[in-house]
Amino acid sequence: MNFDYTDDQKFLKGEARKFLEARCTPAVVRGVLDDPKRSYDEGLWKAVAEMGWLGASIPEAHGGLGLGRIELCAIAEELGRVVAPIPFASTVYFLAEAVMLAGSDQHKGFVLPKIASGEWIGCFATAEGPGPVTPASIKCKVEDGKLTGTKIPVTDGDCANIAVVLATENGKPGLFFVNLGDGGVERETLTTLDPTRGAAKLTFDGAGAWRLGGEGEGFVLMEQVFDRAAVYLGFEQLGGADRALEMAKAYALERFAFGRAIGGYQAIKHKLADMYVKNELARSNAYYGAWALATDAAELPLAASATRVAASDAFWFAAKENIQTHGGMGFTWEVDCHLYYRRAKQLGLVAGGAKVWKERLVTQLERRNAA
Amino acid sequence: MDFKDSPEEAAYRAKVRAWLEANAKRKHGDGGEEMEVESDLSMKASKAWQAKKAAAGFAQITWPEAWGGPGGTPIQQVIFNQEEASFDVPPNPFQIGLGMCVPTVMTFADDATKSRFVTPALKGEEIWCQLFSEPAGGSDVAAVRTRAVRDGDDWVINGQKVWTTGAQFSDFGIVLVRTNVDKPKHKGMTMFWLDMHSPGVEVKPIHQMSGGSGFNEVYFTDVRVSDSQRLGAVDDGWKVALVTLMNERLAVGGSTGAQYGDILKLSREVMGAAGPALKDGAFREKLAEWFVQTEGLKLTRFRTMTALSRGQTPGPESSIGKVIAATQMQDLANAAIEMEDQYGVIWDEGASPLKAAFQNSLMFAPGLRIAGGTDEILKNIIAERVLGLPGDIRVDKDVPFKDAPTGR
Repeated sequence: MNFDYTDDQKFLKGEARKFLEARCTPAVVRGVLDDPKRSYDEGLWKAVAEMGWLGASIPEAHGGLGLGRIELCAIAEELGRVVAPIPFASTVYFLAEAVMLAGSDQHKGFVLPKIASGEWIGCFATAEGPGPVTPASIKCKVEDGKLTGTKIPVTDGDCANIAVVLATENGKPGLFFVNLGDGGVERETLTTLDPTRGAAKLTFDGAGAWRLGGEGEGFVLMEQVFDRAAVYLGFEQLGGADRALEMAKAYALERFAFGRAIGGYQAIKHKLADMYVKNELARSNAYYGAWALATDAAELPLAASATRVAASDAFWFAAKENIQTHGGMGFTWEVDCHLYYRRAKQLGLVAGGAKVWKERLVTQLERRNAA
Repeated sequence: MDFKDSPEEAAYRAKVRAWLEANAKRKHGDGGEEMEVESDLSMKASKAWQAKKAAAGFAQITWPEAWGGPGGTPIQQVIFNQEEASFDVPPNPFQIGLGMCVPTVMTFADDATKSRFVTPALKGEEIWCQLFSEPAGGSDVAAVRTRAVRDGDDWVINGQKVWTTGAQFSDFGIVLVRTNVDKPKHKGMTMFWLDMHSPGVEVKPIHQMSGGSGFNEVYFTDVRVSDSQRLGAVDDGWKVALVTLMNERLAVGGSTGAQYGDILKLSREVMGAAGPALKDGAFREKLAEWFVQTEGLKLTRFRTMTALSRGQTPGPESSIGKVIAATQMQDLANAAIEMEDQYGVIWDEGASPLKAAFQNSLMFAPGLRIAGGTDEILKNIIAERVLGLPGDIRVDKDVPFKDAPTGR
């Protein structure tokens, strides 16, 4: 039984933690939060690229480190802990995974090295309005290689070089590359719950579009990219949830009320115990997701759904109860609790919300059960 | 990251499996889990199976050879438990004795006592029970009021224990009693072993709300034990009790009662206004949550196994098990019964769906949320021992036991 990180992976994770604690302090996160003109921290992005993390799971032949997916999960967990304000998820979990999943050799040879080097920021554009993304919700259209329509919100759409866009072609869904520097693309920065992760409205008016994957495969491919992203996002959520619990614990030990540390009251103790229980459940499910991802297991859709459901629940619970534990101070701008509260929602929605994933999970169960 | 055995573990598993195939029948299908195994167990079969296991070196696998065990590793014990679970074997009434009582005896008794008791217990010839909980102290174990008063070379015990698992068929027990009421509560207790057939010991089954009787009240009326039956020093019984409770840890149990797979099955069959209950969105969300919890607990056990497999001490993650499982059992059973609607009130193995698995679970779940540490105590333990939060203020900690508030 080897259901844990290996020693090498633990070492990598420890090194990532040291690096991020030095380079991604709360001041760095707040630098992006407090400046509406900045959508990410350029210095951190460069440093992360130099560490090779952008290409951690990209094969060496395409300029990556070719480490493996579990190594990337370990890095994701550490990025989540420090609520890193960089377009890592959009570029690495979505764009790189989409290209590795469905790209031609030419796509891979062209795009992956630019991701690994940090030259390109990516984004994955699926939503067009309130409500979940479904085959019927897609209004964006490609005709004669030109894309028209609007995607909103697109995380990192304000800073990305390249987008993968869900649109229909001949009435069937497809995924399409769009170079956001070309003509026919208008970007409008959005105000969101989590300003440390930028988002934009992208309006396409005849922008050049190149299909990724087969005709009509777009929706299924999107789900497959989401499955992969959900595992990495789950590790970010887990890292954030663990950190929120640590913050709540530290405050509960230091804050005195009625003559004693509030962490001595059972109302607080049980709240923190509940956080711990959810976090450990999320960790176990996330390891399952990591295993399924790393081994290309047939269970990936089920494992990814379980990861997503458990991790979204754990991070949301820990983030909101961390504020509650901090009392009035937790509601202030200067205490960091809200950074985690914001990120919990951002991460919990970016690949589809909990309801969508619970449905995906049960659909998989029904299939498994019928088989 | 994988679920594979190491070569040594795989070899051990193969050996275990071959032995089980030769000595027991593989389970067929998914029989409903027995929850109150002791109530109607075939003690003879249990004892025979235990003797077989002991002879083959599969009883108390981690016990050193000096105690009659094979001196194996914790992961080997887990592997054996996993494999044994696939076979139709008699219930195991030895767990409390071998897991908790006998190790306590081995730690504190003299050599003569050890050599008298260890081997018969290992072979399943003698069964032990643990007499700790009392009417005035379940969560607060150190509040024991059963008294032992010195009389020459003997002690005379009077009082009552409660929720004693297996007392009705136990040969021996370890009992925690109050020997000094002038000292604070943790400092005036003493531990003894005793023969459950001693004059003055009376065992009465407790009639549970679920209908069964898996536990007992044990009354002590002028029960005499010799001072040589004392485990540890006089008034130092709490230290001994902590050793007993520490041994409680390696229980790597699975989930009991109705599971998400059972309610999934039910939801295909029960028709609502809009088709099968399985098509209901609210139900589907709950189903996903139960899956994540149940599989998450199984995966958490795999993490514990991983630590054992690597020769490390498992982390505290296994402490989440019962908090989740007990509450889920109640929620899931309730949801299934609500799904059955008016019909759900029927509790009849012949008439209720899935042989009344949900009704059984509903009626057993309140007990599971209390037994072996209530939800509240378990959360205190996580908060204090895992997270390092302060203990509660204890107003009875430093006062003589006789002056501690009792509420009645």
